[in-house]
Amino acid sequence: MRFILQENKLKLAAPTDPDNKPITALTQIPHPETNPNYSFSQDLQHFLQGRMLLHDELPFPKEQLQEHYENGYIHYHKGISIEKSKPICTRCGNSSRHQFAAFPCARCGEKECLYCRQCIIMGRVSSCTPLLTWTGPEVQTKESVPLKWEGTLSQGQAHASKKVTEAIKANGELLVWAVCGAGKTEVLFAGIEAALAQGKRVCIATPRTDVVLELSPRLQAVFPDIKVAALYGGSEDRNENSVLTISTTHQLFRFHDAFDTIIIDEVDAFPFSADASLQRAAQKARKNVSSLIYLSATPNEKWQNECKRGTRPFVTIPGRYHRHPLPVPELKWCGNWEKTLKRGKLPRNVEAWITKRLTDQTPALLFLPKIELMETLLPYMKTFDERIEGVHAEDPQRKEKVQRMRSKVTPLLVTTTILERGVTFPGVDVAVLGAEDRIFTESALVQIAGRAGRSASQPNGNITFFHYGKTNAMNKATRQITNMNKEAFEKGLIDYVLPGMRN
Amino acid sequence: MFCLGCGTELKKVVSWHSLFAKEEGPLLCQECLEKLELISGEVCRLCSRPLGQNPYQQDGMCLDCLRWEENEAWSGVLDRNISVLMYNDYCKELIALFKYRGDYAVAAAFASLLKHQLGTLTYDLIVPVPLSPERLYERGFNQSEALILSLGKEPAHLLARKHSEKQSKKSRHDRIHLPQVFQITQQTNLSGKQIVLIDDIYTTGSTLRHAAILLKEAGAKTVISLTVARG
Repeated sequence: MRFILQENKLKLAAPTDPDNKPITALTQIPHPETNPNYSFSQDLQHFLQGRMLLHDELPFPKEQLQEHYENGYIHYHKGISIEKSKPICTRCGNSSRHQFAAFPCARCGEKECLYCRQCIIMGRVSSCTPLLTWTGPEVQTKESVPLKWEGTLSQGQAHASKKVTEAIKANGELLVWAVCGAGKTEVLFAGIEAALAQGKRVCIATPRTDVVLELSPRLQAVFPDIKVAALYGGSEDRNENSVLTISTTHQLFRFHDAFDTIIIDEVDAFPFSADASLQRAAQKARKNVSSLIYLSATPNEKWQNECKRGTRPFVTIPGRYHRHPLPVPELKWCGNWEKTLKRGKLPRNVEAWITKRLTDQTPALLFLPKIELMETLLPYMKTFDERIEGVHAEDPQRKEKVQRMRSKVTPLLVTTTILERGVTFPGVDVAVLGAEDRIFTESALVQIAGRAGRSASQPNGNITFFHYGKTNAMNKATRQITNMNKEAFEKGLIDYVLPGMRN
Repeated sequence: MFCLGCGTELKKVVSWHSLFAKEEGPLLCQECLEKLELISGEVCRLCSRPLGQNPYQQDGMCLDCLRWEENEAWSGVLDRNISVLMYNDYCKELIALFKYRGDYAVAAAFASLLKHQLGTLTYDLIVPVPLSPERLYERGFNQSEALILSLGKEPAHLLARKHSEKQSKKSRHDRIHLPQVFQITQQTNLSGKQIVLIDDIYTTGSTLRHAAILLKEAGAKTVISLTVARG
């Protein structure tokens, strides 16, 4: 696709037009003034408002879109802009040179049309692709949306819920630092209700599809009067224009200037690069004046320091809703376990830990740093109990295996870090083998420890980090947990501190 | 360098060989390569389909090829098809990324797999399978031509498409009894010429045979197709 500039407006060019160019090559893109007398398409308004889409994603003729542009109801943006001779993808913010490629393009006829590989799964953004946004009036939505929830908040939840509501009303920023099992979702209810009452649009963003699938029905149940849009790769709600949206990072890239409130869940869930791209997506999707709420059980060190220095507004929920303290990990040296594994065996104390769980019929999770280890280890472990299973990220039977663990068919599940968050197995004990591995960061270890003692009926559980040399991450994780328990006890959020608990 | 399949950084193993050899490194990481399945063992001598224990075979040919060869109109039209990969889940995923998502860069990874096979063939011209103008606009490029260019070869545009309808939406019967969808673009004399057709996937062999028959009618001596996957 190529454009020409005519009467200070962008026009779709015919191949014969002189001076026609791909949109990236234009020095400026004029934005015609809004014509108040133009009768715009309400279907288009509903479809495009708050979004940033390609022509290919819009079920409207190009001519109609062009007409809306000329009357000031649509903006064209360069799909790829060049800043300081470096390309940047306008949709996903990618600016790594290796994530771009060039091809001889049949649409614009250029021999080297640059495109972004990072977000290609959502349709190709290239040098000749405009991205379209709605600049006309917003769809008005000021119906009141009552919250229908009978539950009660714990003392810690209630305090955080009040802070969240304040931040949303004041269009501020807030980090909710809540321990695993604190009950973060309920904390959001009142704030979302307040936002919707003000006619605000709310989005909960998360890096993981699992979380979208878990949260959507819960929110739909407490806000039955509206349709909650659940957006993830392949979801049917993709074009839903709802006042409450739950979206994965990727789907968030399709939004622009869309939300008055964005809540980012599990802000620490991925390595920094993925995290940065989620934050970029959130910045693009929020309106200029809007609130941003972060939820995390394990904020990274930088954020923890900002909280300590007082430069980042935050609220903690240091205690679990069931008023029992978090179980504290035990650190145990297990020698050169990799060498032991190569001999087809397990370190003696690890083996003892496992057999005790099997004899006592305590469900157990064993975390390993690498997938490859699973292959060596599983056959040996199956000699203890053949129902023992292993699971990893690309396991096609991942869901079934987790289900078998939940229904206690599997007595012990060997896993990589994929089960470090989001899963609950009542009464589970947890061990990490090779806790000194780089992959077990402070936050990974806190999350892993957070699997134990989640249910009110079985609030305790053993957590053991088997290691070949203590790391900072292990010490920091343990300290974070004991500090949270201390804080929770002082604030009266938990009823006791375990004897022998280090603090 | 980064893997074209999954984007992880490729670790470069520096050795004396890699310092002096002109060879390019692999374009896919070890994990992605392992997820692909090279066609090996006993295969149909016409279409590269693995025969293995399949009882439906005769004289080293699969049943589909037997049916093509029994048909007078189609017998000997396509001399041979060479495919490199089995069309397994990951191959399907990669082809979809390349063709339907439009990630042109993936062509280079496929080309690196086709290169060796192309080297074993003697040929005069490499011909791409054409797309209709609508489909070409939709995708932004012709996948067959992208493979040829990524192999560092010059495509010979001898064919054009008459009308369009997506192949993947048709049954085998429809495809075989389809009226000709291609036409020769230039009345070149191809007599004695050996031609290689390149495409992403050989499924029923119908598309490639419709292309081959026109080339044969124009005098081509042999027409061999080289495809990434055997569907």
